[in-house]
This record gives sequence, C-alpha cells and structure tokens, in this order.
Amino acid sequence: MYRSQVLICGGTGCTSSGSEKIAKKLQEEIEANGLADEVMVVRTGCFGLCALGPIMIVYPEGTFYSMVKEEDIPEIVSEHLLKGRVVTRLVYDETVGENEIKSLKETNFYRKQHRIALRNCGVINPENIEEYIGRDGYQALGKVLKEMSPDDVIQTILDSGLRGRGGGGFPTGKKWQLARNLVKDADQKYVCCNADEGDPGAFMDRSVLEGDPHVVIEAMAIAGYAIGATQGYIYIRAEYPIAVQRLQIAINQAREYGMLGKDIFGSGFDFDLDIRLGAGAFVCGEETALMTSIEGNRGEPRPRPPFPAESGLFKKPTILNNVETYANIPQIILNGADWFASMGTEKSKGTKVFALGGKIHNTGLVEVPMGTTLREVIYEIGGGIPNGKAFKAAQTGGPSGGCIPAEHLDIPIDYDNLIAIGSMMGSGGLIVMDEDNCMVDIAKFFLQFTVDESCGKCTPCRIGTKRLYEMLEKITSGNATMEDLDKMEQLCYYIKNNSLCGLGQTAPNPVLSTLRYFKDEYIAHVKDKKCPAGVCQDLLTYKIIDLKCKGCTACARGCPVGAISGTVKQPHTIDTTKCIKCGACMAKCKFGAIIKE
Amino acid sequence: MKSLEELTAIRDKMQAIVNLRIEDSSCTKIVVGMATCGIAAGARPVLKAFSDGVQSKGIKDVMVTQEGCIGLCKYEPIVEVVAPGKEKVTYVNMTAEKAAEVIEQHIIGGNVVTKYTINSAM
Repeated sequence: MYRSQVLICGGTGCTSSGSEKIAKKLQEEIEANGLADEVMVVRTGCFGLCALGPIMIVYPEGTFYSMVKEEDIPEIVSEHLLKGRVVTRLVYDETVGENEIKSLKETNFYRKQHRIALRNCGVINPENIEEYIGRDGYQALGKVLKEMSPDDVIQTILDSGLRGRGGGGFPTGKKWQLARNLVKDADQKYVCCNADEGDPGAFMDRSVLEGDPHVVIEAMAIAGYAIGATQGYIYIRAEYPIAVQRLQIAINQAREYGMLGKDIFGSGFDFDLDIRLGAGAFVCGEETALMTSIEGNRGEPRPRPPFPAESGLFKKPTILNNVETYANIPQIILNGADWFASMGTEKSKGTKVFALGGKIHNTGLVEVPMGTTLREVIYEIGGGIPNGKAFKAAQTGGPSGGCIPAEHLDIPIDYDNLIAIGSMMGSGGLIVMDEDNCMVDIAKFFLQFTVDESCGKCTPCRIGTKRLYEMLEKITSGNATMEDLDKMEQLCYYIKNNSLCGLGQTAPNPVLSTLRYFKDEYIAHVKDKKCPAGVCQDLLTYKIIDLKCKGCTACARGCPVGAISGTVKQPHTIDTTKCIKCGACMAKCKFGAIIKE
Repeated sequence: MKSLEELTAIRDKMQAIVNLRIEDSSCTKIVVGMATCGIAAGARPVLKAFSDGVQSKGIKDVMVTQEGCIGLCKYEPIVEVVAPGKEKVTYVNMTAEKAAEVIEQHIIGGNVVTKYTINSAM
C-alpha cells in the first residue's frame, strides 16, 4: 500500500506546459530514492487553476505545488516525499500561511466553489475505472437498474430542476420525458452527448471528459434506461485528442467491467456507446446539425419541428444533452432530487462550470452554485484583473452571447437573469475584458467567427453575418455614419428573426449587447473617428509629446519603417504617412513621451 | 462482467486509496519524524507500517504524514499522534512492531500506549 500519492494534472493545459515529462521524471526520482512502493504517482484531469500549471498535489497533506519544472523534481522527492519537508518556494503562495501550509480548500480560488460536475476532476486517474468506482462510480446506474423504474428516473430528474448546461437551459427531465412518451412504438431510440464544445474560450466539457470520462458514460446509460434506448453516441471534436483518447479507454474499460453491453448488472438492460468525431465545425454544436453529422452527412441544421425527441438521429426518437448536464446526473440519482434542488436560485438549480479567460488572474475552470454573482466569480475566485486595470465587461455565451457591463456585476448568475440583461448562460465560457479592450473590436471578433463558421445553408445567416461584419469594419476604419449604426441594428434583428438555426439566430447578439451597453464607444468611432480604448488601428495616430521627448533617438532606431526623424537631444516627430502603427516606438521610449490616440 | 455486489466490493477496496485525496482538517494526524536522524534510526519502516496499517484496517479520518527533525535525535524514530482537541502524544524509539501496537490500542482503541511515550523514556 502507498503512504503518499502525488497527483499531477494531465489536462490539456498542464500537458502543454510539460506535465508529462514531469510525471516521468518524478517516477524516476521516486524509484532512485527507493520510494517506489511507498509513493504513488497519479495522472489526473484538470484541477481548475490552469494559470498556475503544471500543477502537482501531494497527499495526504494536500500540498499544492504550482508551476513545477522538471528540475524541481529531485528536490521535491528528496525533501518532501522522503523527509516530509515541504518545498515552500514552489508551493502556491495563497496556501503559504505564517507558520503552516494552509489547505487548498481555504484559498480564494477554491473556497467559494462547489464541485458536482467537476467532483472527480483532479482527484482520480481518468484512465482507471476502479478509481472512478472508488468515488461511488456506477452506483447510480446500479441503483437505477435495480430499484427504479424509467418513470422514477425521469421524475427524479424533473424534480431536481436540472436544466441543459449547453446553453439553452431546457429542462433535462422534460426532454427525457418527451423522448420516452412521444413515440410509443419506436423500434430504436438514441442517447447522444454533445461534446462539440465550440465557443472560443470555453473548455468545460473538454476538462470533464479528460478528468472524469466515466461520469458521462454512466449518465448516458441511465438516460438510455430512462427513455428506452440501447445505443448512444458521443459526438466530440477531433481537436480534443486527449479527451477522445481517455473517452475511448473509458468506454473499453466500461465494456470490460460490464457497465456497457448486454444485460447490465443482470437487469436485462442493454446499452452500448460509440464515439463519433467531428471536424470542429461550430454549427455541429447545434442539435440537428450534430445528428446530421453523426449520420454521415454534411453537418447542416434542418428546421424544427420535428424535434429530436420525436424524430432525431436516423429519424428515431433521440435525446441530446451536453457533457456537463450528464456529469450532474449520477450525483442527482445518488443524493436525490431535493439535494440538487436545494442549491441555486428559484429557476436555476445546482451549479454551473465556467471557463475563466481573458483579462483575469486565475485563468481556469471554476464551478459555483447558480446565483453566485459575477463579482464573486471575477474578483474573489478569479483573483481580479491583472495590472490594476479597470473591469469593463464580461462576455458570456461566446459568439451567441453578449457582454455584461460593470453595472451588472452584482446580478446573481442564472439562466433568466442573464437573458434579461441581454446575454446568455451559454456553455460557460466567461471572457473578462478590461479598459484596454475596444467593444466594437470585440463584436467584430465574434462576428468574424460566425462568418467563418456559418454553414451557408440559409441566406440570412450566410449573407447577413457577412454584411454585418462589413458594417463593423466600416465603423472601426472610421468610415461609418450614424445612419449606418441604425441600419446595422436593423440587420441584427433581421438575422435573428429569419435564420434557420441557433447559430444565425444568436450571431448578432455580441453586436446588439455591445450596442446596448457601449453605444458611446460606437459613437466615438463614428462621430469623432476615435477608438477610446486605442485598439482600432485605422483610428489611431502615434504622437510624440515635445515636452517629454529627450531626443535619445531610441524610437527612431526602433522604427521598422523609418517614420521617425529628429536630431539628437531635440524632440523627434513621427511622419504619420509612413507610420504603420506597430507600436514599436512606444515600447522603446523610456520617458513615456509617445502616446497613441 | 461484474455484478452490483462485485462493484461495491471494488468501491470499498478503492475508497482507501481515493479517500486519501480528500482533505479533512478535522482528522487525526500520525506524524513520523523523517529527518536524516530519523531515517538513520529506522523511521522509514515505521512510516510504512503506520501507513499500511491505517489503510488495510480501513481506519477513517486518520492521516499518516512525515515531518522534519524535532530536535530529540536521540529518541528517533519519533512518532507524534495529533488528534483535534486532545493533547499531542509523542512516541519514541519506535519500530514497525510497536507501530502495529499503537494502531491497535491507541488509534482504534483510544488508549495511549504509555510504555512507548516520551514520558516513560526520559
């Protein structure tokens, strides 16, 4: 038996910063010190604090080492693992108290979190089914098959108040009920999982699949039993190689242990799962396009109705839920609907996982109860904005969502509140923007994304988003009039009302919400031909302030196009006709004499 | 293929391992001195004995961990048992066999094994 366990994050973030090499080195050092039968090395999924990777936790003490390098390993092994002396300089500084190392749970990042969907991420080895079983894994499936009828299962999910975590927020129990009852004589039904996480800045589903793939398998089997399906498909993008690999390992192990296959637990219930890889098209996150893609056709949406519960995959009744939705199911079955419904707000129960990104200290993954305020997430858990900059807005819901300005920081986050202020929950990407971000530029960024990702099947989306993008470009280049702003808003509503699927219907949201909260920035671009944040290059000019310029010539030597002239010890000038606005001069100037406006 | 009973058996076996990763500040700590002096005096088998004993007996809420030199090198291997709300108990000149006794009588039974404590050695 092992007296100590070292957990090393094997999520995508930490793997790309070298955690695999570190794990190998650690194993070597442990063997060299004769600790091989005392200390166990475990590769886990994501711990959440991706900004500090590669991350390593030593149990039983729970010592949290951050930004570990390969060369630190011998010291950690000989000092900590052998002699029990914590290597304080490598420990996450928030856990270093005056006389002792504090528990990770007491840090700001973890204290306000409540982990249900992520409960096993960073705790178990995702490639070992027995570790999942050790955390009550597959007990919910056992309970469902032995003690509950399909209607009991659906009632439990209905009572829990769980709503779809992929963005729409449709009640999960309702979806299952429809799929069970709508078509009485279906010879086959399907359970699908949407793991085609496509929003820029979102990585919740990837982390669940990388850190705890079995939870999705177990939940899908439960869903299969509830609606009467024997086959499931997980649609996952090929850009998530680690997740795909671990999922395949997990499915194989589940089959080996009889958690998938024929006659599960001797109950007579059969269920099996297969993976379908997507090529990463954003539109394939839309349910009808996703199913069309699984069928082997070009991933394009189709009109609804009929809804998938009636005629979905291969024209059979189908349910499609998101990864995070499934990750909640086994815990709801084991702990009961009341337990889940006791968390969250009146209409949004449970917790939500957010991927924090952008201008924030603790980039990473957090799970908080519904109703937590944006301020708590950004300032307490996220550690606030770096470099003392001011918060400007947070973007939720990716290209389908909107931005939330500072005045709404104290609104409790749930589905309905976010829609009321013109954004949406979305799948959980949360991108923080500070005073240096231009909101017109942000809208343009998301529009560029939807222009690229529009599948082209319907005209309002294919042509509409392109025209909308061109209007934004006109604004950021200083050629727009106030009339254009009105036209642009009209076009937004036109696209929303006439597009075929969710992609087009939500594509104008970033424009509409920035227009709503940051109209002054748009007006500054149109009327004053200025970009207040100093981002839109066409509207910028670099200037040298004569009084501050010492004539050191550093800027002139740094300018790649020779646009700066002047004599030594005399104020220099920038020739704006030659200037390419690269900003090299500003970076070179030691006296703060160069400004952009 | 596994039955539900077999599944539960695997769970019980694995819980000893995965539960080690769930921090709980209210648990009893068994701390083994593992500085150079401790290791030289034979602290490693003692640590192993405590760790194995606690896990194999499925004792909950007990953490086995190490620390550096506490300054009484003469009495190594030293083991401290720190339970919340109770006075710290310090065992000295420990061996793997004594460790088994301490687990049985002190950790499970709740009776301090007085003959191995520092007070009886001084």
